[in-house]
Amino acid sequence: MSNESPLLSFEGITKDFYGTVVLKDVSFTLGRGQILGLVGENGAGKTTLMSVLFGMPVISETGGFSGAVKLDGQAVSFRNPFDALDAGIGMVHQEFSLIPGFTTTENIVLNRESLKAGPAVEVFGERLSVLDRPAMRARAESAIGRLGVKLDPEMLVSEMPVGHKQFTEIAREINRDNVRLLVLDEPTAVLTESEAEVLLTALRNLAAQGISIIFISHRLHEVLSICDRIVTLRDGHVVKDTEAKGVTVADVASWMVGRGVDETSRKGAARELPGKALEVENLWVDMPGETVRNVSFSVREGEIFGIGGLAGQGKLGIPNGIMGLYPAGGTVRLHGEPVTLDAPRAALDAGMAFVSEDRRGVGLLLDESLDWNIAFTAMQVKGEYLKTYLGGLVRLRDEKAMRALTEEYVKLLDVKCTGPKQKAKELSGGNQQKICLAKAFALKPTVLFVSEPTRGIDVGAKALVLDNLRHYNRDFGTTIVMVSSELEELRSICDRIAIVDEGRIAGILSPDAPLSEFGLLMAGVKVAEEVRP
Amino acid sequence: MNTLKQAVTDFGWPRIIIFLFVVALFIGAPFVNVRVDSSFTDVFNRFGQNAVLVLALVPMVQAGCGLNFGLPVGIIAGLLGSTLAMEFGLVGWAGFLGAIALALPFAVAFGFAYGFLLNKVKGEEMTIAMYVGFSIVTFFAILWLLLPYSSPNMVWGYAGRGLRTTITLEGYWGRILNDFLALRIGENFQFPTGMILFVVLLTVLMGFFLRSKTGTAMTAVGSNPDFARAGGVSADRMRLTSVVLSTVIGAVGILVYQQSFGFIQIYNAPLFMAFPAVAALLIGGASVNKASMLNVIVGTFLFQSILTMTPSVINSVLQTDMSEVIRILISNGMILYALTRKTKVTK
Repeated sequence: MSNESPLLSFEGITKDFYGTVVLKDVSFTLGRGQILGLVGENGAGKTTLMSVLFGMPVISETGGFSGAVKLDGQAVSFRNPFDALDAGIGMVHQEFSLIPGFTTTENIVLNRESLKAGPAVEVFGERLSVLDRPAMRARAESAIGRLGVKLDPEMLVSEMPVGHKQFTEIAREINRDNVRLLVLDEPTAVLTESEAEVLLTALRNLAAQGISIIFISHRLHEVLSICDRIVTLRDGHVVKDTEAKGVTVADVASWMVGRGVDETSRKGAARELPGKALEVENLWVDMPGETVRNVSFSVREGEIFGIGGLAGQGKLGIPNGIMGLYPAGGTVRLHGEPVTLDAPRAALDAGMAFVSEDRRGVGLLLDESLDWNIAFTAMQVKGEYLKTYLGGLVRLRDEKAMRALTEEYVKLLDVKCTGPKQKAKELSGGNQQKICLAKAFALKPTVLFVSEPTRGIDVGAKALVLDNLRHYNRDFGTTIVMVSSELEELRSICDRIAIVDEGRIAGILSPDAPLSEFGLLMAGVKVAEEVRP
Repeated sequence: MNTLKQAVTDFGWPRIIIFLFVVALFIGAPFVNVRVDSSFTDVFNRFGQNAVLVLALVPMVQAGCGLNFGLPVGIIAGLLGSTLAMEFGLVGWAGFLGAIALALPFAVAFGFAYGFLLNKVKGEEMTIAMYVGFSIVTFFAILWLLLPYSSPNMVWGYAGRGLRTTITLEGYWGRILNDFLALRIGENFQFPTGMILFVVLLTVLMGFFLRSKTGTAMTAVGSNPDFARAGGVSADRMRLTSVVLSTVIGAVGILVYQQSFGFIQIYNAPLFMAFPAVAALLIGGASVNKASMLNVIVGTFLFQSILTMTPSVINSVLQTDMSEVIRILISNGMILYALTRKTKVTK
């Protein structure tokens, strides 16, 4: 590498949100015309790092960061994304930010239109200049030309295929005169393979013209094929900063997920479990952002079955679909009996229970007391906690029984609260999660779905929640299907783990399988070896 | 000291201020030659007269449908019941109970249609409800002219058809609840025992209903529809139930109101009946999606006390007719206040 200072360097970036450290001493550099691949699991800190770079308000509002961002050797600190744009940094987001009713040209030069003075300018001033359409078109065409793709400058964005929208976004960013650095966040996520191929070629063209690129993607083979360097983040640390040459997908995958240290925390040999509790065939679920396309698996009686995968791949859709919260189709059999989909009541009646990942939205009655939260579903589904009056004519809430039930679970799960009459919204996240578990336990389900049970709660509460799930499984023989983004958590408690990718099961592994295999499945690469149920 | 502070906070400053205002009015009354005992009679009468209409709002508030500005839907059903009962010549208890019986099928039918509509416009219930109320009242203003009523006590004298704007219940069931077991103390004080008992009975029944399985489900739907759905409860069905219930109680409420007032008022009279009821419930401390029996009782009592006392006392003090202005100011001001507090609910 040359002696001149690199275009961009991060030096010891550390950032915490309310005490939770999300970035710790992150340092790496990016030279001119280089393409740098930034990879890591969800929550590894990629987005936060980019927010730091762009001076997003969320960073300064939460106490800023320590360390330095240097551009051309000069320390910079952008107050807002506009400053970053002025400094020549462009960003292409995963979601499109284009105006559908405008043409390619209009979108590319938006707010930087070429103007020419008309008679009105003489009278009323600059604001009444008219658009110089030929000049705008020429600029758009030159930007498209730099990308090296074919794009009709007069086509409306609303009529474009997604690939062209992505190109339009990139063309808009490089249309700026001084653009030196381009950040692309999951640019290929919505593209087909051939479109992605064209995009990668376009990116190589840009790099050859001296524009540096930070490429964030979960598709590891793409990262390997175009990047010069790869930086792997895990839990806020840079775990690997290396030349892309000679690196394999499996290497990157294991850097992403590997924790290595707490391998020993798992215990117990594989259990012999008879019978099938739940059989799912060709399940599809229309859950926005978590579409399940075609999923089949079966869960053994008394098993803890894990479902993992990256965000947005459909793992959350599976329990939500089976429990009838989102439109779903396919066959689900519980102990051999078919379960009606699209009806929460039918799923509950069949003996299944669900702890939702959306704790505050679906899981709790925030404005009601804890005893209501815990007893409500059991009351509605099983008619429990009701007292009969007038010879069965009237059935009213049995406040005393509800109180007893709540006190029992408060003690069992060690919920920190002032009593059964405290409002659910007043509890901390971890304690709210325990209430959600108590609600499901109160139903005495034969199959329990638990979705992201440890999301957003502290380490102590995490361990307690997982311990309780394990105990519940061992003591009552309840079959548990646990969905989680945290692979290590799944590996510590599950008997088998299915990895979901693009709405399908990519593979089912034993928790003892090497980390690289999990990483490969998450990255959408098929592995031959699977654990048969 | 702390418990006192807590009690004050629980009860709410608006209620305490209004309560002190009412007490001040009662204390000031004798000095401007307003009799306190007859004032109390008025307060109790108006309390009983309006309490059921206020109670009618509770189920919809609990189910998350907001304040029932469409209360006139139930009132129209009640009007149909009472006019039909008169048409059939029912008098006394048979008349009052007959009116309730005749009003119920209409209330249920209207409630279903109204509920279906409200389920289609989730989030905008209160606005839509207000216009539903306006529409049904004006539509029935036409029907009152056209329906083939023939009882000479109800139709216009000169034309022989079409209902009069006010119909007296004299000789039918006027004051039948008020006078039942009425307690007369002194010359000017009369306690409307029957009506108050009826109000208490309905309030207790509503309290029990809210403690039943269905009532619990209804409250949960109002608190968090997604939670209720995940718990196997159909939010739409609960909302529909609440609207039907609200409409039915509204119909009964107007019948109680009529027998105490002594007249049936039709045409445009029901148009603005929802507003005082809503204001009373809000003064009682209810929010847009939480209301209790205590809110109903306290609110109706405070609101009606002000309405009774301000005309007599304030007018004597100020020597002008301010009563209507104050009434409108308080009821609309209270509604406005409550609607601005709507976002206080945790989502």
